Amino acid sequence: MRVAAPVLASVLTLVVGSIFFASLGHDPLPTLYAFFVEPLNSLNGLSEWLLKASPLILIACGLAIGFRANVWNIGAEGQFTMGAIAASGVGLFWPNPDSVLLLPLMFVAGMGAGMAWAAIPAFLRARMNTNEILVTLMMTYIATLFLSYLVHGPWRDPAGFNYPQTALLPTAALFESFDPAYRLNPSIFITVVAVFVMWLFTDRSFLGYKMSVSGAAPLAARYAGFRESAAVWIGLMAGGAAAGIAGMAEAAGPLGQLSPQISPGYGFAAIIVAFIGRLNAFGIVLGGLLMSLLFLGGEGVQMTLGLPSALTRIFQGILLFFLLAADFFIFYRIRLIRPARDTHALETA
Amino acid sequence: MDLIIAIFTGTVIAATPLIFAALGELVVEKSGVLNLGIEGMMLMGAALAFWAVTAGYPMPVAILAGALAGAAASLLFGVLALTFLTNQYAAGLALAIFGSGVSAFLGRGFGSEPIEALRGINVPVLSDLPLIGPLLFRFDPMVYLALVMFAAISWFLYRTKAGLILRTIGESPQTSHAIGYPVIRIRYMAVLFGGAMAGLAGAYLSVAYTPLWVENMTAGKGWIALALVVFATWRPLRILLGAWLFGGMTILQLQGQALGLEVPSELLSALPYLATIIVLVLISRNRQMLALHFPASLAKPFRPAG
Repeated sequence: MRVAAPVLASVLTLVVGSIFFASLGHDPLPTLYAFFVEPLNSLNGLSEWLLKASPLILIACGLAIGFRANVWNIGAEGQFTMGAIAASGVGLFWPNPDSVLLLPLMFVAGMGAGMAWAAIPAFLRARMNTNEILVTLMMTYIATLFLSYLVHGPWRDPAGFNYPQTALLPTAALFESFDPAYRLNPSIFITVVAVFVMWLFTDRSFLGYKMSVSGAAPLAARYAGFRESAAVWIGLMAGGAAAGIAGMAEAAGPLGQLSPQISPGYGFAAIIVAFIGRLNAFGIVLGGLLMSLLFLGGEGVQMTLGLPSALTRIFQGILLFFLLAADFFIFYRIRLIRPARDTHALETA
Repeated sequence: MDLIIAIFTGTVIAATPLIFAALGELVVEKSGVLNLGIEGMMLMGAALAFWAVTAGYPMPVAILAGALAGAAASLLFGVLALTFLTNQYAAGLALAIFGSGVSAFLGRGFGSEPIEALRGINVPVLSDLPLIGPLLFRFDPMVYLALVMFAAISWFLYRTKAGLILRTIGESPQTSHAIGYPVIRIRYMAVLFGGAMAGLAGAYLSVAYTPLWVENMTAGKGWIALALVVFATWRPLRILLGAWLFGGMTILQLQGQALGLEVPSELLSALPYLATIIVLVLISRNRQMLALHFPASLAKPFRPAG
């Protein structure tokens, strides 16, 4: 039954989407086709689909570990940004730009930066009782401003005609695509490993079980001696590491350099992916594929039909609304109860 | 002297949207509901109010449209959180994303032209007084409305029976339900009120503060308003003080940029976010102070039994 809610929510989102397109004066069926099918009609489309799904799935896996323990890291966007910055920093300034160690070093730097950025809210929540939702979010704004500072200032490419962007990363700092014609690259294997690790952790480890108990029944967890601060740290570190790695893979993959906009909102969309996936590793894979299609479809109809790309965010919101509402009908049984007066009348009769 | 006047008035103006949004959220949270979607509701309010002005409606109608847009958006959250008993964090986040998408969608045709901003009041004699005039009597009407709302909400929460019932529901919906109060209905009203206030905050941004439409123009103000409620430890007067503190921070940052300080502008822009974190830490460390006014049932779904 837990599978029914995401399917139901997706169908309802399609229905609302059709009505929406119709009200805009676009024939719904061709528009839906352009949004959800056309992007996957070519090899390039499939490559882009997986390329965009990969960071979403990766980040969502990390976040879900926290969400299971009621640790609300909603600042993955900032951790992603910091990961991309640190990885690009290594790629740009490492003394030997041809070193085979470059990519592994960038991986470590990206992961470390994501974790460091998440460590601040983790410390503040664990030691200072500070709400992690607000802190992670504020840290996201700060990370974005830091990126903007770097690309406008010290890291700006001197040969870049004053554009706010860094120089291109050296070849050794890039993931080589499987095929030069498409952008999909081996970083997708990182995501595959992450999904497996996430499954091991949540379904096969005692620590993962303790985290789930902390989320589902905090009092029971405390009684059993599970430390809340451990759940906070693990939850935030998992999310920070995943987002940092995703940022690194994005910088060393499709981007190849830093600019003020490096993420189309992966960090926020991954929150929705985690929920659609029911905080479960394999669910997250499906959720990530769906969300990636929403991004691609949004870009597609923007180019072919001139519809605004804000549609993607609207669909994301609607999808999450329906998913949450669908849960209600699955987890509760609806009973109509007569007003109290009627039973009173029965008793006196 | 002019600089001091500019800083003072700038602070009051920058604080106004925060006062609206945070006071609205205070009422929502006092009823035991946590709506994280302020950012989305503010953006809806900002977009609708801006649209109404460009469509030629008079200013009061535009501002009302903003409030209604915020309330309509909050209804989405209300249905999910109160009727469908969903996780309130998730429902609020969905609203924040949805609101930013819908407002960007609506705003795609707005263009980048500024509109004529809401004008300051002009009271005969008072507005012309030296010093006191510009300091107190030349703001736009919404600045005064925010203060009136502050007074009204303080009075409502702590001096009326309805306010007492609302706070009781926030402490223990089970008890309130057993006594016979319509918990869900009252929470709906609180959520709608919070939405309307967030809508007003957004409207203020787009028709008075910046008078133009920029996608995602709230830039985190909705989240700062959420932080303000925690900072204020759920007390109205502290929301007012906190909003002025943040308003002052914003203005100092702008003045700093105008004076051409030898600091990267990004660092100055990051100040309000940094300040939010620091202030939250200082307040949250003291668990007792938080617990004193914290609505005990906050963010816990309530289902009337039987």
